[in-house]
Amino acid sequence: MPGRVLVAAAAALLLGTAAACAGDDADDGASAAGGGNGGGTVVVYSGREEELIGPLLEQFEDESGIDVEVRYGDSAELAATLAEEGENSPADVFFAQDPGALGAVEGQGLLGKLPDELLERVEERFRDPDGHWVGTSGRARVLAYNTELVAADELPESVFDLTEPAWKGKLGISPTNGSFQAFVTVMRLIQGDEVTREWLEGILANEPKIYDGNVPIVEATAAGEVEAGLVNHYYLYVVQEEQPDAPIENHFFPGDDPGALVSVAGVGVLDGAEHPAEAEALVDFLLSEDGQRFYAEAAAEAEFPLLEGVEPREGLPELEELQGPEIELDRLGPELERTLQLLNEVGFTT
Amino acid sequence: MIRGAVAKAGALRARRRPPFLLVGAAVTAVALVCLPLAYLVLRVAEGGSDAWSVLGRHRILELVGNTAVLVVAVTCAALVVGVPLAWLVARTDLPGHRFWAVAAALPLVIPSYVAALVLLAAFGPRGFLQQVLERPFGIERVPEIYGLGGAVLALTISTYPYVYLLVVAALRELDPALEEASRGLGRSRAQTFRLVTLPVLRPSLGAGALLVALYTLSDFGAVSLMQYSSLTRAIFLQYRSLFDRTPAGILSLVLVVLTLVVLLLEAYWRGRARYHRPSPGAARAGQRVRLGRWRWPALAFCGGVVGFALLLPLAVIGYWLERSVALERGLGDVWGAALNSVVASGLAAGAAVAAALPVALLAVRYPAGWSRALERLSYSSNALPGIVIALSLVFFAANYAGFAYQTLALLVFAYVVRFFPQAVAGAHSALLRVDPRLEEAARGLGKTPPRAFASVTAPLVAPGLLAGAALVFLSTMKELPATLLLAPIGFETLATQVWTATTVASYSKAAFPALLLVLFSAPFVYLLTLRRRPEVDAPG
Repeated sequence: MPGRVLVAAAAALLLGTAAACAGDDADDGASAAGGGNGGGTVVVYSGREEELIGPLLEQFEDESGIDVEVRYGDSAELAATLAEEGENSPADVFFAQDPGALGAVEGQGLLGKLPDELLERVEERFRDPDGHWVGTSGRARVLAYNTELVAADELPESVFDLTEPAWKGKLGISPTNGSFQAFVTVMRLIQGDEVTREWLEGILANEPKIYDGNVPIVEATAAGEVEAGLVNHYYLYVVQEEQPDAPIENHFFPGDDPGALVSVAGVGVLDGAEHPAEAEALVDFLLSEDGQRFYAEAAAEAEFPLLEGVEPREGLPELEELQGPEIELDRLGPELERTLQLLNEVGFTT
Repeated sequence: MIRGAVAKAGALRARRRPPFLLVGAAVTAVALVCLPLAYLVLRVAEGGSDAWSVLGRHRILELVGNTAVLVVAVTCAALVVGVPLAWLVARTDLPGHRFWAVAAALPLVIPSYVAALVLLAAFGPRGFLQQVLERPFGIERVPEIYGLGGAVLALTISTYPYVYLLVVAALRELDPALEEASRGLGRSRAQTFRLVTLPVLRPSLGAGALLVALYTLSDFGAVSLMQYSSLTRAIFLQYRSLFDRTPAGILSLVLVVLTLVVLLLEAYWRGRARYHRPSPGAARAGQRVRLGRWRWPALAFCGGVVGFALLLPLAVIGYWLERSVALERGLGDVWGAALNSVVASGLAAGAAVAAALPVALLAVRYPAGWSRALERLSYSSNALPGIVIALSLVFFAANYAGFAYQTLALLVFAYVVRFFPQAVAGAHSALLRVDPRLEEAARGLGKTPPRAFASVTAPLVAPGLLAGAALVFLSTMKELPATLLLAPIGFETLATQVWTATTVASYSKAAFPALLLVLFSAPFVYLLTLRRRPEVDAPG
């Protein structure tokens, strides 16, 4: 009976895969036990995307001979994972999207102090005051706009102009996104809660379109679904990688406008790292000229290098020009709760 | 006749003590599956009392209301789509029913966030549909897809196969004599379906609806892309923004309470009826209903469902593939990832069925308050979002089972924990339909209990077990959060590759692994949904 034969075949397949897996498992055990010798190994938990950062880590592998094992995931979820693992974490290095995730892991007392020599390679505003993490690349808040729908002279001077009637129904935002929330926090810290509340209410009254993150906003801007959106600057390049002809451009708000916040992605080394020397070598590389030039040269990864003397990619302004608001990045984490409250009160879902 | 009172023999059986080994295996399985609940209690207990203010900040009643509306809508839609589809495929002479049988189950492997992305690409404000309509008709706005409508659509696509697969399995084992008797007594085909077939399907319908409801409760991908504010979305945002695990834990406990409500409703609805044949019955397949000229609307229905749930996603994926700018940068090891996916999913399917069988057996064969409760308990963590389950296993394994942490064995265990109820559902509804007296007769003839089970019951429940295995297999193929956190480092699956690409909007790069996800699942679905005639020697 053919039915019976096929079911038997299915069963055999499952058993076969089971056997194959048992073999796999044994191999994994062996390599885990054998790690740590030879060229060395470093285990990285990366909230930065593999598509963007993978080539950089490969470059480190080639140059150092150190084997890099990476677990990719969402920064916040990896921060939670590190917290659950506590001292039993296999991770040596945490490479995160934002200071919030690094601060959360630091808050659990899990990050060791980095050597001053490494910390001092970047400006003070881009690292943890206590020296537990250091920024590796900068990301600016911008207004991404559709060049066919918005003329350059219609662009707003300040993020506060976006509450004007001219922008009604034309703006895309993502109130659930961490970078947007950080920007609102900065506005609160600089201008106070009342001004921020008025701004949020003005934005809401202007019927913005709400999206699930930066990428959907930039895509919607490219498609003309909205005319402009508040995002981080590098998503433009991410989307152009897929749609090279997309009519989109970044508008950097001038001066110390809260809309011009510059934040960082960064790294910290776990206090209980099994491979501390290799971990430090990796941080050293990320802050070296080679490691920093990657941001200027890589196809889709267009963040600002933080090492002095390394130019950002063509078309981007110099980091010094982007003054941005004066704010210590490590203040953003503790202030977030109040920001979320405010967003909820005004009527945004967070 | 079918829904008669519990037979006397059944009552006697209930008082018999179940074998110790069976109880031990079932209790162990359920205890392990409940680890995420233990973790939640732990997290919430260690947080201060002010953490409970999260309930106020999130307007918890509104969230619960939104979630309930979504669950009811998706469950109804999945039943409306899944049941007729199953009947057409299993019981009629629908042209090409073998093809439809496989195609109709495949949307289960499409991750719900991919389904949502596809719907947005097709029906979004500037999607394909609008652009097609704009040129000839100047239409600039299509009906809003964001919100409840889009979320229901995306989730129905990803969940109706639960109902479909379980009902197909039930219909295939159905004793044709029942329907024939009803027809012989002069009832119309429609009356027969309503009065005879539908009641027998009740356990499968209940189990399928339950799986749909629990999946909908747990889903994050579709609701977040569609901007629908549900409880699970709130839990995710809590993890994503605040880095504080206690409020997320509290919201998760609310989700568990909702789950218990759903479980009670289903138990109440299923009732205590008896579903197995009162006599040995006919060991043969039923006649397929001749559709006649109804086969055209039937084909249109199947085509519509499969077209919308499978071909549309494949078409959009194909479009992404064709636009493949990023392909020049290399695809990564797609074949290795495909192998990993199939191996891990196969192991998870096998392990889940093996672990679920004792639990279902105990609940069906030794029906008592505690054995039923034990089985229900195994469903209780199923509605938790994957990230909660993954983090709970991170916690327990990293701290108390370091040797197993981030190994394939632990990953498979995580899959079993996540999808256990799907295997239980398959086993339970299959066991319900087998008369225990058959097995007892075999034992009376001198067979040991395990041998009696293997030679008499196992062949009869095989289709149900395989349906459960198919569900677990397909769910595991697309599983993401546990895979990301618990797999051995560097262990890529097709689902992680799709995710890796979509996080940076690289849809052309996501397209190939997404396509393979469907292609590699198809043969397994084919094997698992094959018709298998019950071949039982009539006892005595």
